[in-house]
Amino acid sequence: MSGTNNKKNETANTNLTSQAAVKPQESVSLFKDAMYRLATNKAAMISLSVLVLVVIFALIGPTSLFTSYNYYSNDLMNANAAPSAEHWFGTDDLGRDVWVRTWVGARVSLTVGLAAALIDLVIGVIYGAIMGYYGGRVDGIMNKFSEILYSLPYMLVVILLLVVLEPSLTTIIIALTITGWISMSWIVRGEIMQLKNRDFILAARSMGASTGRQLFRHLLPNAIGPIIVTLTLSIPNAIFAEAFLSFLGLGVSAPRSSLGSMINDALTGWTLYPWRMWFPAGLMVLTMLAFNLLGDGLRDALDPKLRK
Amino acid sequence: MEFHIYPDFFVCAPIFLIILEISDKWIGLYFCLILQSICIQNIVCGGVQGLVKYVLKKLLFMLLSLFILASLTFFLMKAIPGDPFTAEKKLSPEIRALLEVKYGLDKPMYEQYLKYMGGILKGDFGVSMRYLNQDVTDMITQTFTASLKLGIFAILISIVVGVLLGLLAAVYHRKLIDDVTMVVAVIGIAVPSFLLASLLQYVFAFKLGWFNVMGFDGPLDYVLPVAALSASPIAFIARLTRSSMLEVLHADYIKTAKAKGLKWPAIMFKHVVRNGILPVVTYVGPMTANIITGSVVIEQIFNIGGIGKVFVESITNRDYTMIMGITIFYGILLMLARFLTDIAYVLIDPRIKLESRKGA
Amino acid sequence: MKRKSLLVLLTLILAFGTVLAACGSKNEGTGNTDTGSASEGNGLAKDQILKINLSAEPPTLDPAQAKDSQTNTVLKFLYEGLVRIDADGKEAPGVAKDWTISEDGLKYVFNLNPDAKWSNGDAITAEDFVRSWERALKPETASPYAYQLYYIKGAEGYNLSKDETYKGTKITDFSQVGVKATDEHTLEVTLENPTPYFLGLTAFYTYYPVHASADTNDKFFTDYKNMIVNGPFVMDQYAKGQKIVVKKNDGYHAAADIKLAQIDMSLTNSSASELQAYKSGQLDYTGAPNGEIPSDQIPSVKAELPDEFKATGIASTYYYQFNVNEAPFNNVKIRKAFAMAIQRQLIVDKVTQGGQIPAFGFVPPGIRGENGEFRDEHKDDYFTENVDEAKKLLAEGMKEEGYTTLPAVTLIYNTSDGHAKIALAVADMWKQNLGVDVKTENQEWGVFLENRQNQNFQVARAGWSADYNDPYNFLEMWTTGNTNNDSKFSNEQYDKDVKETVKSADPAARMAAFADAEKILIQDEMGVMPIYYYTNVSLTKPYLKGVQLDFSGAIDFTRAYLEEK
Repeated sequence: MSGTNNKKNETANTNLTSQAAVKPQESVSLFKDAMYRLATNKAAMISLSVLVLVVIFALIGPTSLFTSYNYYSNDLMNANAAPSAEHWFGTDDLGRDVWVRTWVGARVSLTVGLAAALIDLVIGVIYGAIMGYYGGRVDGIMNKFSEILYSLPYMLVVILLLVVLEPSLTTIIIALTITGWISMSWIVRGEIMQLKNRDFILAARSMGASTGRQLFRHLLPNAIGPIIVTLTLSIPNAIFAEAFLSFLGLGVSAPRSSLGSMINDALTGWTLYPWRMWFPAGLMVLTMLAFNLLGDGLRDALDPKLRK
Repeated sequence: MEFHIYPDFFVCAPIFLIILEISDKWIGLYFCLILQSICIQNIVCGGVQGLVKYVLKKLLFMLLSLFILASLTFFLMKAIPGDPFTAEKKLSPEIRALLEVKYGLDKPMYEQYLKYMGGILKGDFGVSMRYLNQDVTDMITQTFTASLKLGIFAILISIVVGVLLGLLAAVYHRKLIDDVTMVVAVIGIAVPSFLLASLLQYVFAFKLGWFNVMGFDGPLDYVLPVAALSASPIAFIARLTRSSMLEVLHADYIKTAKAKGLKWPAIMFKHVVRNGILPVVTYVGPMTANIITGSVVIEQIFNIGGIGKVFVESITNRDYTMIMGITIFYGILLMLARFLTDIAYVLIDPRIKLESRKGA
Repeated sequence: MKRKSLLVLLTLILAFGTVLAACGSKNEGTGNTDTGSASEGNGLAKDQILKINLSAEPPTLDPAQAKDSQTNTVLKFLYEGLVRIDADGKEAPGVAKDWTISEDGLKYVFNLNPDAKWSNGDAITAEDFVRSWERALKPETASPYAYQLYYIKGAEGYNLSKDETYKGTKITDFSQVGVKATDEHTLEVTLENPTPYFLGLTAFYTYYPVHASADTNDKFFTDYKNMIVNGPFVMDQYAKGQKIVVKKNDGYHAAADIKLAQIDMSLTNSSASELQAYKSGQLDYTGAPNGEIPSDQIPSVKAELPDEFKATGIASTYYYQFNVNEAPFNNVKIRKAFAMAIQRQLIVDKVTQGGQIPAFGFVPPGIRGENGEFRDEHKDDYFTENVDEAKKLLAEGMKEEGYTTLPAVTLIYNTSDGHAKIALAVADMWKQNLGVDVKTENQEWGVFLENRQNQNFQVARAGWSADYNDPYNFLEMWTTGNTNNDSKFSNEQYDKDVKETVKSADPAARMAAFADAEKILIQDEMGVMPIYYYTNVSLTKPYLKGVQLDFSGAIDFTRAYLEEK
């Protein structure tokens, strides 16, 4: 037995050394490696397909492919009707078709949520990385600035924004991103502060790596875990923040609505007309679940520490 | 030992007295105890001088920030349309003029600003413009106490349950427990708090009758609001913990510890938790500030006389003095929370230096 | 290392321990009072504790500063005026046991009840009223409803004595104002004009007496434990933002009529919570005027609890204002077209669902006319809903203004489920019936009011409720330049008609003038677009009796009582 094994090992060793002598082994890029690992993550792949489906339906659901109703025409005589062949998701309190409104609402929610979350990601990561890396006075000042911004009465800022700018989806995204990036920046700051004194960074520095290279090649990828988790939280946060704004009257103007405001409207009557709430809420939970599982998959895929 | 107590006493005692003087005694005591722990820590480790300089510097910086915050808020407030007297049944111009004189709103902007800031420096936040004759400071104290009571429990539960769930998920990575806890966690994030609160109220209070529909009198009244408040933080903390612990669990030094023959619980505490807890701490700081400043929706749904609802109302009512008072109060809370978070960083990972030069 | 963590742990334990201790110590004594009242059979419940909800905390408990319905409800518990309104809506003795009115309607003499006392035992004297009304009218007090006292001779001049723009006679000495205490228990009031509704007006909160110590004690209205009042109840507990409790005032002169021992008021503005609390027995009453039953729930609540559900008409009107100086509503025909092109009954049946009455006039039912109600004596048939006619008028109006397409129209409303639904329904009707695309814009409360009150709108949602029982309350506001005339409607004949009613003592002539004015406002000019007359939608537990709702929708629980369940 052992004899055969020894032979195998010997051959393997010979192969390796001979190969090494011929050409250096190609390193797999981070991206390719990550995509491969993601593809093998079942939960993440399912979530991705769910999200793609949701986006597709958000785009085509309200169109004439599925229904002849629109999201704003009232039909008071048929208000609060239960789901039927006519209205797959039932109607709301003004007789509007819930199927159409849910998908139109999904468009608004997803647009707002994704746009706000991504903008927050970019600003937050850059800001937090600079704070964490440089430390000292730079950190102190930047920190104070973000603390002050965070402490400003958010409602006042939003009211002012809506008075100064026309109420529109863009204005709402701006309103959401004004303070949304701050939590991300704090998380990144903490991570960078913890990582920058580690050996691998000292090594990179001593090899002459520039600040940018240190940050983007070494520090940030190692901080990717909490960043992604925060990202997957900031999407629902943005969506709920928009719902909260609607609750206060500062959100998207009726008859347009988002999933959040639809749920809000349905709250007083959901025990009697459950479809008005469960469809948008269900879609929202499903989408959030998908984002989070996908986020987990991304984190598992991108984190260099988990490379086997 | 005795030698250490004296400097501690002289430095911290006056601060304690001031705090107890200006605040509700329970809150004051709470803050005093936190400061005491910091005092002890730093004296044991760094010497009184270092502590005094550090704390004073931080305090000064904080006061400056608060000043900027207050000024920005003042002008922001004045910039939006409406004032405390705007009403559906309009006041006659004559009476409105009288009211403006009474509240000093007829004076030019800068004069109002200076007068207000002057009052703040003396600790006088004025009287509410909506709830006539009621002291802003009194109102804040009363309502904040309610939010604090609720918030403390929510924070405790969020941290304990969140970290536990996260640890479980990390240790049993890719097994059933991991997926289950993560799905439970996602429910907390995916369901908006106003929906969760309404559902909890409907099922447990109304249908099952286990709790009062609303009110804040007995201990049972805490259950539903705390559950609704902590759902999202639990979820986030669980996920942060899991993510962070996963990295730590796969690190080499853990394998070393295992190879050395260290038992599991010891490894847990000494290495895993310590190294992985930082992002959670980063999040918990501001989260604490957010939770104890109350949730408008939860306070409305369960009829808790908390400060969140008062704040939102004060903006709608354009109650200028209240808006300023609460904003400054929130600002103090947040800055304190972040300050404590930074202290926690140092305690957890001594390699982190807060006041270091550029890392080059 | 170890010491550090130990210390931290200890600190945390101590800290949390103290907080927990703080939590455990309070106890806001929930209703366990021995009342000793109401044991005269009649199946009265042993615990006469009424539980209601106020959807907002009263901003103040000072009668001179009061101006909203939550404050009104609470002040009715704590105070009593010269007169009170009884269950039939008639003026009944309050602090005054009887009164005489002169022939010309200008002089009132009130004889005070010598048994009427303050809650600290002090007697209530006529001087108390003189001083309290002076306090309400003093310029420094800046009372928002001071104008309710302007019916008294010289009151306006006294109130506006510091105002440069005031053109009338300024009075700085209150003794020249028409109210005098001729002796300890006699109060003489002289009016500017014969005002038929003055007697009922003395039950309004601005007319309440306030104890003399309020003048010297800054904390009078916030020192809840020691508040000196003269009404059937006294303040017992006040947990800010959460609960208010009042207890029976045994020193009240008509204490025998008061059966309730205590009233607990919670302060949530969540209508869903309120309804659930009612259904589970935590509240005895829910709905208007201090709360709201969500419109989604109304049909089911009506079906489930038909004996508890009530929708009573009250004197308030829901309407849309046109900005008559802004295109396209500067054209009468276009305004009429819009007003005629909606189905009010459909809105009332399907959107608001509270049994409201479609409105075609501005003065609501419940307002007194000559002998009965104004709305009965003068029917509001100023226009009808007619889509064809509306389309015609719209076309004509557009031609007159030279539009080929109608300028963009925006309807603004303030944040509220109810307003949003109505606005969406109306906008949709305009689209379907007139083919006009009206944009609906939801604005934050303060922003909305500023816009509307500064004519920064085209069409805006509005509502008006009665402060006193006379058509003047509803029609005065549309006179040229009136403070509340946001639409800037202006018509000379209208102004003349309304002004005429002030000096006249002849009820028939007054009502005729009002009717003519209303005709001009609606039929001729359509300055405003009425939508419906309000109803007060509420649920009352079957064991709760004696609740009084007046014509304006204000509620009086003081004479209520709870029967055995």
